[in-house]
Amino acid sequence: MYRKTVLAKKLLAAATGLLLTTFSGILSADDPFKIGFVYVGPVGDHGWTYRHDIGRQAIEAEFGDKVETTFVESVPEGADAERVIRKLASSGHGLIFTTSFGYMNPTVKVAKAFPKVKFEHATGYKRADNVSTYSARFYEGRAVLGTIAGMMTKTNTVGYIASFPIPEVVRGINAFTIAMRKVNPDATVKVVWVNTWYDPGKEADAAKALIDQGVDIVTQHTDSPAPLQVAQERGVMGFGQASDMSAFAPDAQLTSIIDNWDNYYVERARAAMDGSWASEDVWAGIDSGMVDFPEYGAMVPDDVKAAADVIKESIVDGSLHPFQGPIKDQSGKVIAEEGATIDDGTLLGMDFYVEGVQGTLPK
Amino acid sequence: MIRLQPRAMPSKLMGYLAPVIALCLTLLSGLILFALLGVPIGEAFHAFFIEPVSTLYGLSELGVKAAPLILIGVGLSIGFRAQVWNIGAEGQLILGGICGGAVALYFYEVEAWYVLPLMMLAGVIGGMLWAAIPALLKTRFNANEILTSLMLTYVAGLLLSFLVHGALRDPDGYNFPESRLFHDAALLPVIMEGTRLHIGAIVAVFVVVAGWVLLSRTMLGFALKVNGAAPRAGAYAGFGQKRLIWFSLLFTGGLAGLAGLFEVAGPIGQLLPTISPGYGFTAIIVAFLGRLHPVGVLFAGLVMALSYLGGESAQITLNLPVAVTGVFQGLLLFFLLATDVLINFKIVRNVRRQL
Repeated sequence: MYRKTVLAKKLLAAATGLLLTTFSGILSADDPFKIGFVYVGPVGDHGWTYRHDIGRQAIEAEFGDKVETTFVESVPEGADAERVIRKLASSGHGLIFTTSFGYMNPTVKVAKAFPKVKFEHATGYKRADNVSTYSARFYEGRAVLGTIAGMMTKTNTVGYIASFPIPEVVRGINAFTIAMRKVNPDATVKVVWVNTWYDPGKEADAAKALIDQGVDIVTQHTDSPAPLQVAQERGVMGFGQASDMSAFAPDAQLTSIIDNWDNYYVERARAAMDGSWASEDVWAGIDSGMVDFPEYGAMVPDDVKAAADVIKESIVDGSLHPFQGPIKDQSGKVIAEEGATIDDGTLLGMDFYVEGVQGTLPK
Repeated sequence: MIRLQPRAMPSKLMGYLAPVIALCLTLLSGLILFALLGVPIGEAFHAFFIEPVSTLYGLSELGVKAAPLILIGVGLSIGFRAQVWNIGAEGQLILGGICGGAVALYFYEVEAWYVLPLMMLAGVIGGMLWAAIPALLKTRFNANEILTSLMLTYVAGLLLSFLVHGALRDPDGYNFPESRLFHDAALLPVIMEGTRLHIGAIVAVFVVVAGWVLLSRTMLGFALKVNGAAPRAGAYAGFGQKRLIWFSLLFTGGLAGLAGLFEVAGPIGQLLPTISPGYGFTAIIVAFLGRLHPVGVLFAGLVMALSYLGGESAQITLNLPVAVTGVFQGLLLFFLLATDVLINFKIVRNVRRQL
């Protein structure tokens, strides 16, 4: 009996609390601006989603009480995404970031029903008056990684763990390969497709298979630190993905590409709050800080560091484009002549390997 | 020492009550869990179980989420009754989506009444064909259908991935692995304006009734049950075992295929590399939670769907991690199995025998 009354009291207290919070919500005139995030992975993936969540935290740090952020993690790309996005839109969120390609059509659909809510879709190509798209020119970072790999590989074969054969990933492989072969024309890239963005087990298996085939550097376009950890165990080197993963593999990480959404997210939040937000298509690179790098690993010699820094600087000042000719595809066909550069349109739909990549691109 | 002793006559009533008891225990331990996490239990309860269905739209989403679970759950419960363990409904669902979706894309921009029925037919056939493989292997070579059907799920997933990366890819989609958005004539009609509740929900309810009639009112249903409870008695009575295996697998496969078609022609509206967040596997839990009874499956499907919606809503309103959903579903299954054990066994204390 006693227990029951305690429970009843607790429930009553909770219910009263609920009512109070509801009322205070109505009463307070200066509500915080609500910003929602939809994540494809768990916030603890230490890769893609983790970095978006750091961006969310940057918004909170910048605006404090003036904003309230919400995130929903591990949302499958499919029928569920639309409901989650709609839920965020209908629960008072004024700005919503949908941070995976697969959310494109649901985002556009929900945006139609909520014209006053602003949407930011990462890596897609469909826009509307209240839907912006944004992405980073990660291929610029891949060129830096490729340069380091070309100078440091001894076996002249580098392993590449790839997720899905979409243009974004193919572009990364090509940018990496082109830069690598500029400093080391004998080096080639072996690609393993794992058909997942995040699966530490599969990623680790792919890394082991590549190392068994004689690669001495492993790079990845998947989100977990597992491949780097394998590299560390097996005494080879590798690159981090999306974030600084040196904590997982201090002796293996040469450097990493850091997805840095912080500034972009803070600026878009500011624009949404002061009313200057407009639909845009942002594709920014190293110069904007969106593509960022941690310190080089201790094993990187000074001449390699210097060469990598030159690549970074010349991409920033525009004197180098990672897809500057001459570029040939695998069959030897010239894609870009000396002096020419592959345009953004071709880059966005890239579906071929350049010379120096082993194997065939799955279609 | 404590040990379990089988009960001579397990209570039938308790058998039906077990899911309810398990549900109450899940709720209770869930609330204790929230209290320990420092979340006000009133708010947590509200966010998890009330808020998701407090609006018409929320209710319609419950239907959207539950429809595939119920469709597959009914099929599975009938197969499981006959001891045919089809674990690969997920793959059959995917094949249904592929076949139905391919029809939709073939008739792209054909504005005709027959497109949708053709898609449904293709979806059902696709699911059945995929289920026919384990059926053939089982009846011909006595290969374990648990293994074959499960492994075919991965084949189905890769087949879908292969197709949306190639043959069925949107030609104007910058090579992203997605099909075109289906044309209007290839989309399921929506029951309620402004929601995503499609005719699949009505079909699911119809299938529940049909499944119940099949099990309780037909010779075939009787044969399935007898064969499951006492295979040798079934054989003696002349119920063809192979025929029952074929029926169970094709029936579930067809329903799973239909569920897959409803997903791609309903809430998704195109083919994607993944079209199901594991409905085929979750439906296994639904089937058992529903006591392998079509009507039970209806309720179990709704409960399971609510747990997903509640998990999303708890993330939005209370900032709870997504893992809460998994914990709830795990608790539910755990308590269901625990109550089942206590129904079929009683706990006895071993008294040491005096020599």
